[in-house]
Amino acid sequence: MAITTVPGTTRKPGRPTPPHTGPQRTSLGRKVRDNLTGHAFLIGAVLCFVVFSWYPMIRGIVMSFQRTRRGETTWVGWDNYSRIISDPSFWPAWQNTLYFTVLALVLGYAVPFFVAILLNEFRHAKGYLRILVYLPVMLPPASALYLFKFYAYDPSEAGLFNAILKALHLPTSQWMQSAEMTMPAMVIASTWMNMGGAVLIYLASLQNIPGELYEAAELDGAGIWKRIRHVTIPQTRLILALLAMIQIVATMQLFIEPLILANGAGAEDSATSVAYLIYQHGFFQNDLNGAAALGVIMLVVLAGFSAAYLRLSAKQD
Amino acid sequence: MAQDSGTRTLISHAQLRRGRGRFIYWALLTVVVVGFTLVFLGPLYWMVTGALKSGQEIAQTPPSLFPKDPQPQNYVDAWNNLDLAKLLFNTFYYAAGAVVFQLVLDTAAAYSLSKLRPMFGNVILALMLATLMIPAMVLIVPQYVTVIDLPIVHINLLDSPFAIWLPLVANAFNIFLLKRFFDSIPEELMSAALVDGATPLRTLWSIILPMSRPILGVVSIFAVTAVWKDFLWPKLVMPSPETRTVSVGIYAFAGGTPMNVVIAASVIAAIPTVIVFLIFQRNIMSGLTTGSLKG
Repeated sequence: MAITTVPGTTRKPGRPTPPHTGPQRTSLGRKVRDNLTGHAFLIGAVLCFVVFSWYPMIRGIVMSFQRTRRGETTWVGWDNYSRIISDPSFWPAWQNTLYFTVLALVLGYAVPFFVAILLNEFRHAKGYLRILVYLPVMLPPASALYLFKFYAYDPSEAGLFNAILKALHLPTSQWMQSAEMTMPAMVIASTWMNMGGAVLIYLASLQNIPGELYEAAELDGAGIWKRIRHVTIPQTRLILALLAMIQIVATMQLFIEPLILANGAGAEDSATSVAYLIYQHGFFQNDLNGAAALGVIMLVVLAGFSAAYLRLSAKQD
Repeated sequence: MAQDSGTRTLISHAQLRRGRGRFIYWALLTVVVVGFTLVFLGPLYWMVTGALKSGQEIAQTPPSLFPKDPQPQNYVDAWNNLDLAKLLFNTFYYAAGAVVFQLVLDTAAAYSLSKLRPMFGNVILALMLATLMIPAMVLIVPQYVTVIDLPIVHINLLDSPFAIWLPLVANAFNIFLLKRFFDSIPEELMSAALVDGATPLRTLWSIILPMSRPILGVVSIFAVTAVWKDFLWPKLVMPSPETRTVSVGIYAFAGGTPMNVVIAASVIAAIPTVIVFLIFQRNIMSGLTTGSLKG
């Protein structure tokens, strides 16, 4: 190294730096010290990632190929995978989870966006409407779901939804007791209690759209729908894309809704989700290895989604 | 809100003030205000009054709009049987700790990644962001196994608040938000501070943090909401009744408790956060809508 190290520059991070360090001070020692300082600030968060995220990720994959019985761990190849796939609830769980993901994308993803567009147009009662939309987010999730379970989805006519349907002379529903209605009912409850956050995030990005764009579009004769299509959506594309990904990851983990609304499996396995199956195997059937294998399968499916998604968005550009 | 009425949105102001546009605007506004009140406030009304009804009244058809014979005893039973004071205290304690740990460690990390830029910083950031793609459910089993026997030190964190606090620090989304915000702070401020002889810590404390209040607010809100909304993880790592969170406590009791008492417990559990939310709603809303994400 041609650069000479100035003695005493490898100080511990946090010490005051003398002002006006000359050009010769950009030396190796200085670089080392700056790096140490940088890493000192990083270390806390990085350790948490190592212990609670990166290491468990690898450990999950390792566990899925092992079996621990009476404290003895052995390698078992694909045994855990074949056991979990032959679980009679495996395919229904995937079907239900994907069905929920699709329904939640239609309802839970599109609705907040249009609600945000609507709220953004109003010049009155803005604060009130925002508070209303965000209020359910403040409820403990178990509370919100018991509310739906006991009052809204009561299969008799004493239930709120059935009372409304009856008053409108529409056929009533068995809700959680009927295999067909289970998933839509869960999506409704889930959207109601979670959409507030998404609405506020959309509102934030809508407010950043320059007004001139709308003006220009209007001068070009674009109607409201055209303006939404050609101004609003392209301008919020990044946020729309980010929230779509976050939503898919979130809906794939559907757990508390089936647990509380449907007592886990629901009528004819219509509520069992993949996450619920992981929970069942891991913490009730004493099969942590099988649960880990199902987790890895979930990860692979999600990686497939992401790859397809990245391809699609790359094509659009 | 009057202050943002100056910006042009989808439909121009002029159009909304003229005859037909004006009528449609007011009609739509009325429909939305009434509709939203019914959809979002209605269920809460149903919850508060439903918990006052007797067992027979709840089962009656059609359901009654007002409780005929209010039973405040349901609320008293809920408070006593579920030990709600304890559950609420636990939840707030975990939430407060989560805020402190995330603010300190995630802010320091984001500051380092944005301004100090040490070697391999980008690799670390990429590895962190990769975890956004991994659903918590995938990690739940190995994470649980890790928490009951931490590697190297062999400590069992079950029933310890650290089992909630530390995994939450590994939050790539918050680090990403903070880093993006710090990135927007001009570099000249940093070099000016350096010339004045300020250490990186001092720069963070007296220059960066005071400028970053909105984003720190957003991260705090996310931290509280994460603890408040999480269910399975606290259920697994806080197994004893003394350390449970509200959501888990209500679930644990729901099995053998009459449903109006369960709903009464839900109402009581919701009150403190709703009050906190209403007090701070201005800050929460402006934090969420201006400070966080720009698309």
